[in-house]
Amino acid sequence: MNELPRWAEIILVPLISLLLAAVLSALVILAIGENPISALQLMVQGALGSTYGWGYTLYYATNFIFTGLAVAIAFHARLFNIGGEGQATLGGLGVALVCVYIPWPHWSLALIGAMVGAAVLGAAWAAIPAFLQARRGSHIVITTIMFNFIAAALLNYLLIGLLKPKGSMEPATAKFAESTHLPSFQDMFSTADNVLFRGAPANVTFFVATLACILVWLLIWHTRLGYEIRSFGHSDSAAKYAGISPTKIIMITMMISGALAGLMAINNVMGEAERLILGSVEGAGFIGIAVALMGRSHPFGIFIAAILFGFLYQGGAELALWTSIPRELIVVIQALVILFTGALDNMVRMPLQKLFSLFKRTPVSEV
Amino acid sequence: MTTAAPAIELVGISKAFGSVQANKDISIRVMPGTIHGIIGENGAGKSTLMSILYGFYKADAGEVFIGGKKTAIPDSQAAIDAGIGMVFQHFKLVDNFTVLENVVLGAEEGFMLGTSISKARRVLKSLSEDYGLNVEPDAKIEDIGVGMQQRVEILKALYRQADILILDEPTGTLTPAEADQLFRILDRLKNEGKTIILITHKLREIMDVTDTVSVMRAGEMTATVKTAEVTPAELAELMVGRKVRLTVAKKDISVGEKILEVKDLSVKDINGVERLKGASFDVRAGEILGIAGVAGNGQSELLEALGGYQKATGSVTYKGAAMDLSGLVSNGQDRRSNGIAHVPEDRQSEGLIMEFMAWENAVFGYHLDPEFRKGWLTDNAAMKTDAAGKMERFDVRPPDPLLKAKSFSGGNQQKIVLAREFERSPDLLLIGQPTRGVDIGAIEFIHQSIVELRDQGKAILLVSVELDEILALSDRIAVMFDGRIMGERRPSETDESELGLMMAGMTKDVA
Repeated sequence: MNELPRWAEIILVPLISLLLAAVLSALVILAIGENPISALQLMVQGALGSTYGWGYTLYYATNFIFTGLAVAIAFHARLFNIGGEGQATLGGLGVALVCVYIPWPHWSLALIGAMVGAAVLGAAWAAIPAFLQARRGSHIVITTIMFNFIAAALLNYLLIGLLKPKGSMEPATAKFAESTHLPSFQDMFSTADNVLFRGAPANVTFFVATLACILVWLLIWHTRLGYEIRSFGHSDSAAKYAGISPTKIIMITMMISGALAGLMAINNVMGEAERLILGSVEGAGFIGIAVALMGRSHPFGIFIAAILFGFLYQGGAELALWTSIPRELIVVIQALVILFTGALDNMVRMPLQKLFSLFKRTPVSEV
Repeated sequence: MTTAAPAIELVGISKAFGSVQANKDISIRVMPGTIHGIIGENGAGKSTLMSILYGFYKADAGEVFIGGKKTAIPDSQAAIDAGIGMVFQHFKLVDNFTVLENVVLGAEEGFMLGTSISKARRVLKSLSEDYGLNVEPDAKIEDIGVGMQQRVEILKALYRQADILILDEPTGTLTPAEADQLFRILDRLKNEGKTIILITHKLREIMDVTDTVSVMRAGEMTATVKTAEVTPAELAELMVGRKVRLTVAKKDISVGEKILEVKDLSVKDINGVERLKGASFDVRAGEILGIAGVAGNGQSELLEALGGYQKATGSVTYKGAAMDLSGLVSNGQDRRSNGIAHVPEDRQSEGLIMEFMAWENAVFGYHLDPEFRKGWLTDNAAMKTDAAGKMERFDVRPPDPLLKAKSFSGGNQQKIVLAREFERSPDLLLIGQPTRGVDIGAIEFIHQSIVELRDQGKAILLVSVELDEILALSDRIAVMFDGRIMGERRPSETDESELGLMMAGMTKDVA
C-alpha cells in the first residue's frame, strides 16, 4: 500500500475529516431549523472571540491534553486505557488530600505537591488493571472501564463521609487554603487598566500541560523506555526476542498513563474548583480517547486536537446559551468529529492514497 | 507443434500494482496432459500471474484462452467453472472438519448436507482409486499429516471437475519422501489427461517432474523451454540473469574449544506438550553445526530456549558456564552481552519491527548499549550513523536508514538483521532459516557472511529446513525429528536421501 506523504498524513487527513464532520453537523443544524453559518459564527465568537472565551477554551483544552496524552502513551504500547475518567478522579483525590491536609507556604510548592499526589494516585489506580493484564491476562479495556465505576463509588463514599467538613450539607471537601490558589490567566496577564481573561478558569496548569506534551514526546521517541514501549506495542513477539519484558512495559506504561490522567486534576480541582466535588472530571477521560485518536497519538497532534475539543466545548456552551440549539447537539457534533477522525479514518485515507499515487509515479527501487 | 488446442494460453498479460510492474506482457501456452513448471525468484511475479488466472486479480491487459476458447475470469468461481483448480501454498482447509466436509465445502448441493456428503463419498472413492490419492474421508484435518492435507486440496479441485491444476510451492512444508509421493501423484494425474502448472523456486523439482518450464524474472517471462533440453545451471542463470555459485567456499580451519554444550534440553509449550525432547549436541569454535529437519520438529523451540526467551529444562553450558534457562526476560540481555547473537527464524515477527525505521531496527536488542545513550536520552543520531554504516557494509538496498522495515524486500530485511547481529562479532551465532523468502542474489551474500564468521573462528548453530543450505554450509549436520536429534553426520559422508529419511524419523538401517 502506498503511504501518504507525511504532511498529508498529519494535516490533510484530519482536516478533511473535520470538514466532513462540519458539513454533516451543518446539515443537522439546518434540519432543526437554525442557520448553520450563524451557529458557527456564534461558536467562534464565543470560544475564540475574546480573552474570556479563550480562557474557557484553553481551560477545557488543558484537561484534554492530559487525558489525551494518557490514552496516547498507552496506545504506543498497544494498550487501550479507557480508564482515564477513573484515574483523573483518583488524581483529584490526590490533589485534595495534599491541599487540604498539608499547609503550603506558596502556590508553587503546593503545585508540585499536588502534582505528586495526583500522579501517584492516578498511577496507582492504573496499576491494578495493568497488573491484572500483565499477570492474569484480564483485558485492560474491561478492567479500566470497571475501575471508572469503582473510582466514582469510592469518591462518593469519601465525599459524603471522611472528607466532608463537619456540618457541611454538600458532598465536597472543604475549600482549599488561599495559599494553594494557582494563578489564573487573569492573574497572570491582566494589567491594572486592562483586565484580560476575566473570570475564566484557565490557569497556570495550561503550561504544565504544554510541558507534559514535550516530555511525553521526548519519552516516546528519545528514550530507551519509549523505544521499548513502541517495540512492545508493534510486536510483542519481537519485544520478547529483544529481551524486553512485557510485564515491565505494561506496568510502567499504564502507570505513566494513569499519572498523566491524574494530573488533569491540578487543572480542574486545584486550578478551577479549589475543592474536590463529585463528578469533577465531567467526561474528560473519554474525550481524551477522541483527542488521542485525532492527534494520531503524537503529543503535538494531541495539543492541537485538545484545543479543537476545547473550542467545541466552549463554543457549544455558547450555542446553548444564545440559541434554541440544545446542548445535546454539541454532543452530536463532537460525536461526528470523533466518528470521522477516528472510526472513519480510512474512508478519507484510501481515496487520498489513490489520488496521490496517481500524481506520483516514481518507480519503487527494486532489489 | 501438436494440433490440439492448448489447455491454457495466456496472451500478453500485464499487471501493475501502483508503480510496480508485477507482470509484463506475459504469454505462455500449456498443452493438455503436460506438467508445466513456472520457476522464478521470490517476487518475480509467479504468484501474481496465477492469481490472475484464478480470478483473484484482474489483469490490466491481456487475454486468457482455456481449451482454445477466450475466457474471462472475473472471480474464482469463473475459474472453477472453466475447470481450473488451485492448490495454495498455505492450505485453505477447516481444521476441525473432516476430509469429506472440506471437500464438499463451497460445493454443497441443496439445503440438506446429507445428500452432498454421500455423493461426495462416492466421488471421492472413485477419484482416490483413479489417481492413487489415498485419504481417509472421515478423518479430521487437524489429525492428518501435511502430505495428506495437500492431497485433500488436490481432491477438492478434482471434485470440482478441474482439468487444470495449479500448485503453488507445493513442497514447501513436505518431507522429501512426501514430496516424492506428491510427484508420483502429479505424474498419474498427467497420464489421466490433466494439465498441471507447478509453481516453485526449487530447481530440482522442475527437473524431476515437468515437461516444459517457463522462467520468470522481475515480472517478465524470460524463457520457455523443454525441461529435457535444459540443465539446472542454465535454469538458475535464466532466473537470476547471471551465474550463481551453488557451493560456498570455506577455509580449512581447525575447530577450537567447545563453545556451546547442550545436554538433554527439553521444552514444553503452553499446553504442556513436549516440543523439544532431550536434545544433546555441542558446537565448537570455528564450525557450523547445521540442524536439519522439517519445520515444526522442535527447531524453533531450540532456538528460542538458547536465545533466552523460552523456558527450558536440561543443561546448557556456554564457554564453560551454565546458561540460565528460566526464559526470564533478563536472559535475552545477558545472552547478548555475553557474545551470543541470534538471527531468529521469523524476521517479520521477531527479528524486526516492521513499522520501525531501519535505524531503529539496526539497534533492536542492543538499544541499551551505552554507545547509543546520551544522558537520559537515546542518541538517535549515533543510531542513524551506525545503521547507515551497517547498511552499507551489508549492501542493504536502498541504503536509507529512514525507510521503514516493511518497505524493504525480504532479502534486504534479512540483511538488516544480519548486519545487526554479525557486527557485534559474536562468539556464538544462533541463526534460523537465514534465507527463507530471500532471493537468490541475497542468498549467496548471506551464505558468504555466515561462512566468513565461521572462518573467523566463531561457533555457529544453523537451523534450516533447506537441505541444500545445510549441506552447503555445515561442518556437521544434526537431524531433528519430533523434538529429538536423530543423529549427526558429516556432509561429506551423507547425502540428501539419507538426511531425508532421518528427517522423516527413519534411520538408514530401518528403511
